[in-house]
Amino acid sequence: MHYLDIIFRSVFIENLPLSFFLGMCTFLAISKQVKAALGLGLAVLVLTAITVPLNNFLLNTLFKAGALAWLGQPDIDLSFLGLMIYIATIAAIVQVLEMVLDRFVPALYNTLGIFLPLLTVNCAILGASLFMVERDYTFLESAAYGFGAGAGFLLAVVALAGIREKCEYATPPKGLRGLGMTFITAGLMAMAFMGLAGMRL
Amino acid sequence: MKSLNKFFLDIKPYFAKGGKLEKLYPLYEATDSFLFSTTKSTRSAPHVRDAIDLKRIMITVIIALVPCTIMALWNTGYQANSALVAMGSLPAGWRGAIMQGVGIDPGSILSNIIHGSLYFFPIYIVTVVVGSIWEALFNLIRGHEFSEAFLVTSLLLPLTLPPTIPLWQVAVGVSFGVVFAKEVFGGVGKNFMNPALACRAFIYFAYPAQMSGDKIWTAVDGLSRATPLGVMAQTSSQNPIAALDITWFQAFIGTIPGSMGETSALACLLGAALLLVTGIASWRIMLSMLIGAVATTIFFNLLPEPASPLYAIPVHWHLVLGGFAFGLVFMATDPVSGAQTQAGQWMYGILIGFLSILIRVANPAYPEGVMLAILMGNVFAPLFDYFVIRANVKRRTLRHG
Repeated sequence: MHYLDIIFRSVFIENLPLSFFLGMCTFLAISKQVKAALGLGLAVLVLTAITVPLNNFLLNTLFKAGALAWLGQPDIDLSFLGLMIYIATIAAIVQVLEMVLDRFVPALYNTLGIFLPLLTVNCAILGASLFMVERDYTFLESAAYGFGAGAGFLLAVVALAGIREKCEYATPPKGLRGLGMTFITAGLMAMAFMGLAGMRL
Repeated sequence: MKSLNKFFLDIKPYFAKGGKLEKLYPLYEATDSFLFSTTKSTRSAPHVRDAIDLKRIMITVIIALVPCTIMALWNTGYQANSALVAMGSLPAGWRGAIMQGVGIDPGSILSNIIHGSLYFFPIYIVTVVVGSIWEALFNLIRGHEFSEAFLVTSLLLPLTLPPTIPLWQVAVGVSFGVVFAKEVFGGVGKNFMNPALACRAFIYFAYPAQMSGDKIWTAVDGLSRATPLGVMAQTSSQNPIAALDITWFQAFIGTIPGSMGETSALACLLGAALLLVTGIASWRIMLSMLIGAVATTIFFNLLPEPASPLYAIPVHWHLVLGGFAFGLVFMATDPVSGAQTQAGQWMYGILIGFLSILIRVANPAYPEGVMLAILMGNVFAPLFDYFVIRANVKRRTLRHG
């Protein structure tokens, strides 16, 4: 139940793009079509689900204060390396994911284009790892959180793409066409998501 | 009437393309079609032989809202009058001056309706005036025609507001809803979120002090009387229904404190009957939202270890309290922001019913969840439609190759 609660919270209540406004660049850019959004969302889901627990593992065994006790060095504190290690983990996983997609799902690989390598520096994915550190999750908790955070991003980006496809025939004023409209749409979505804020199960 | 019609036909050339007042054509068209039936007819196929158009749809919805509006007038006055009689005082300000002439008597229908009108109509007028200014601004600049849909939005919004809300907040809310939830998308039919609900949600989150709590639901200064849902959310007793001072029948008729138009499930039922008979609202959405709410309530009732006494509220209470009936009949069934495919409408309704009850019983932050649930429904409706259409495409490709 505890793990389900973490997943539920991270999907609906602490939704990365809609309540923390993290990962906006990809969220707004790859949401023109549901199909591409689904691919992007799945990529983010896979990434967070792998990197958050992995970073948690690295944090606890290598560079937290006292984490190197198993090497007989309980006084070493490498936590200043944290940010660098998180990014390096994410970059490595992105590289693997890119090769896998290129080999097995070339259509999705082409739609995601430049945004796949850019997921390396996606703030939602790094944000998920940093939240994990801040909240002192255990390994299993961080696995649940990583999955939930990615699923939340997937849900939000697919819903946004659905709305944008529906609003294909909308005629916004000239200055708002494209990105401006997407910002307003995302804002309205965030307002709707506030309904779940404070939920306790 | 005839001479007026002739006058309108005479001045038409001024507004036609190339005329002196070409820019004001939307305004001319709106007044003309408001007063007379349209002279437009289609010239080329396909010819749709049906009298139903946007104007008639919107007018039907307004007629369906009449019972709720009358109930809003009466109940707002009744709640205030009863409270005033119990306290033995008079309302302050200009309303007090008028009510002194009418007399304060919760037993008199007239006194109740007049007292309610003194609260309802200022809010309604502000909504209509501010909303129309925005509509006119956008329509005149962009050359769109006026749509009757705003008449519905402007009636729905006051019905969902508490009687004591400051008028400037109404104006701000309407401005937000009309501009950002509708006009920037290009007007009626192009938005994805119900504009009336967007207005209300904006006011709700921007000014929570005037939109939630105990002091706002009865139009008497300083009187603290929570809505039944609010009472139940605050009580610590194991049986929240016992904490209520009302009977189920009162909640069904609507003589309880709450937002002006939402209290009466009976009035909403009358409206629902008209909307269903005329086929304006989707029965699938109504039925599926009902099913979703009933199933969720039963699920929470049956949980072996309820985390909160609210889990135990029985189904028949959920359906008559708060804005459930109003949201079900008038808000969720909005044909623009709701799901459009049939299977999509089932999923959309069930999602809203589920979320309404979930927010009510499991979210201590908000005692009422129907508005937020419908907004969530609006967000996911296009996605439901998308997947239903995809599935259909897939099935047909398989069948026909």
